[in-house]
Amino acid sequence: MPEKKREKDLTIAEKLYIPEIVKGLGLTLKSMFRPKFTMEYPEVKFIPPASYRGRPVLVQEESGTERCVACGLCSRVCPSLAIEVQASETSLEKERYPVKFEINMLRCIFCGFCEEVCPEEAIVMSKDYELVFRDRSEAIYGKDKLMVPIRQVEDRIEFLRNFK
Amino acid sequence: MPKITINGQELEFKAGQTVIEVARQNGISVPHFCWHPALSVSGNCRMCLVEIEKMPKLAIACSTLASDGMVVHVDSEKAVSARNAVMEFLLINHPLDCPVCDQAGECKLQDYAYRYSSGESRFEEEKQHNKKRVELGPFVMFDAERCISCSRCIRFCDEIAGDKELTFTKRGDRVTISTYPGEELDNPYSLNTTDICPVGALTSRDFRFKARVWDMSKTNSICTGCARGCNDEIWVKNNIVLRLTPRFNKEVNSYWMCDEGRLNTFKFINNQRVDGPHIRRNGQIVKTGYDEAVAFTVSQLKAYNPGEIAFLGSAFASCEDNYMLAKLAKGTLHVKNIDFARHLIPGSADGILICDDKAPNSLGAELSGVKPAPEGLNFEGILEGINSGKIKVLYCLEDDIAAMSPEYENTLSKLDFLVVHATNHNATTVLADVIFPAAAFAEKNGTMVNFQGRLQRLKPAVATIDMDRSLEGMEMSRLDKFGTDFDKWAKKNRVDARASWKMLQTVGSLMGLKMKHQISEEVFADMASCIEAFHGLDYDVIGESGIKIKVNNTAKATK
Ligand code: SF4
Ligand code: SF4
Ligand code: SF4
Ligand code: SF4
Repeated sequence: MPEKKREKDLTIAEKLYIPEIVKGLGLTLKSMFRPKFTMEYPEVKFIPPASYRGRPVLVQEESGTERCVACGLCSRVCPSLAIEVQASETSLEKERYPVKFEINMLRCIFCGFCEEVCPEEAIVMSKDYELVFRDRSEAIYGKDKLMVPIRQVEDRIEFLRNFK
Repeated sequence: MPKITINGQELEFKAGQTVIEVARQNGISVPHFCWHPALSVSGNCRMCLVEIEKMPKLAIACSTLASDGMVVHVDSEKAVSARNAVMEFLLINHPLDCPVCDQAGECKLQDYAYRYSSGESRFEEEKQHNKKRVELGPFVMFDAERCISCSRCIRFCDEIAGDKELTFTKRGDRVTISTYPGEELDNPYSLNTTDICPVGALTSRDFRFKARVWDMSKTNSICTGCARGCNDEIWVKNNIVLRLTPRFNKEVNSYWMCDEGRLNTFKFINNQRVDGPHIRRNGQIVKTGYDEAVAFTVSQLKAYNPGEIAFLGSAFASCEDNYMLAKLAKGTLHVKNIDFARHLIPGSADGILICDDKAPNSLGAELSGVKPAPEGLNFEGILEGINSGKIKVLYCLEDDIAAMSPEYENTLSKLDFLVVHATNHNATTVLADVIFPAAAFAEKNGTMVNFQGRLQRLKPAVATIDMDRSLEGMEMSRLDKFGTDFDKWAKKNRVDARASWKMLQTVGSLMGLKMKHQISEEVFADMASCIEAFHGLDYDVIGESGIKIKVNNTAKATK
């Protein structure tokens, strides 16, 4: 087998690596005086912009009821089958409401399709990215965890109206 | 034969047929709302407008008689634009309700809006508002905003149910339907109006908001409410039956089924099931395993003379179940006392669909061999025998004998040993010493014979604990297809039950019955080889709409 030719042999200085190490240290030193980009999470929390897609939540009206009419479109569109909705009748004008609304946060891929398809602006992507659970059943969020007062998601709704 | 040309195809027709009928017969679809093949022609929706050469104007295909040499264009430019105009007109006052409307997913208006409408409306004014929750009758809910005034529901009540209950009131954009003063939409067939209503104006109160149609699986089966055995579809979500809807069969039920059958023949599958075998131990009914229940039954059956034992088949069980029971009784144990209980309510037949015989398979039970052997006791004889102490052991298939009368209940309590196959805990299981958990009609393959002598198929729509939807070839919803063991919907709501013939075969095999069938199709093949009425038949031949069999005059049918 013919011997492979190196493209270039390293010089002695290069073989010692010292100039490169010095260069690297210089960069580190320079960065110490530059402005910081990192945060000291969890003491300092990242507050994402309105365009961020955190966990999906259900919009709770001022009156305390959910906006959702349990149409099941989010459940139909969800590519990962994360949403389970069970409708029931209410005497309110909207006729139906979800007696059960569950999102399996282990299935959810934060695609935002549910938010996009919802005819009522009833499900929106929040800024919440802190999802912690110790077993599978805890990962299934029911209405108690999903309902969020409308004022907490106002900027997302605003964002959707402008850009959706 | 006269010929008509539709969309360039030359088609033969019979005199008296309308253009829409000829088109439909030949697989050409003409969109329509108010026309229905089983109802009179009303011609009010104008959706079926087609272009007919040499006619000055477009004509409606539903009321135009086909004539020799007629040339029809269903999809010409003029017809398409007329349909688009009709759609725009119908949608002027139609609410944007699809997300909250039970009809969505099986709505003609929705489908046609997608297929035949341009999607543009020039109507900018406020839509007409109307009542949204009108209880027209005990089972039907009416949403006046969604009604497109096709009159199908009115014509159904007049022409099929034979009960004038509905009519149009008001005019123009305020026209709506209403029951006559003092009337309710409460004929025994009222829920058929929810099937034929092309929109979500009439919906079932029982099924209201229970599920979106695209989340359910549907399985072709038959109704077990009476001896007609109306062909139907079983709709299932999360392994729970949510509704039954009729399936067209010209010979049996046309497009219809009765409210009683639709509402009251499936709920028992979802609740209060016998879950696993039970036996009586120290006076108490306790849950046990199949092996123990079978061993206990066998030991008791062996302890008595054949003359002290009786078997009751069931007009609610399949032919396969009854056949296996007869094989066990007559062929293996040489018991002559075998019959089944009739469930007749004379005078309840109405000449439409409902029969006097309230059980679905009386004829099938008899044909499968459940009838007294020569010198054996019939049903009344067996009960008398129990009362007199002659019969000490009763083996009873899927029928709640004790609930039929207090007298029967008292009789059964005198038995030494009672074995019951039951789907649910009931008055008879309370008295039983062994309860085998029977799979319901929607949990197994099988056959039944209706009063006309028509052999029809049962298919599993609900899975029991040891069934696998895909391996069994069952219908599957989207959720069924993609569920994992970790998903709540995938493995929940299952009972531990088995088809009765399987458990009977196990009992029999310990007493000399030489059968080793794995699936119900094999049991049927066995029956086909030895029962004359079933000769040459198999599940494929029976097919989706059943097959008429030759019933000799020993087996009498009651309508
Ligand atoms: S964000 Fe996507 S994956 Fe998550 S629930 Fe919504 S549709 Fe499903
Ligand atoms: S799409 Fe919206 S209204 Fe419909 S069920 Fe989902 S959250 Fe509720
Ligand atoms: S009737 Fe049809 S088109 Fe009308 S709201 Fe219901 S689903 Fe939609
Ligand atoms: S309720 Fe339904 S079937 Fe009756 S007229 Fe209205 S749209 Fe037609």
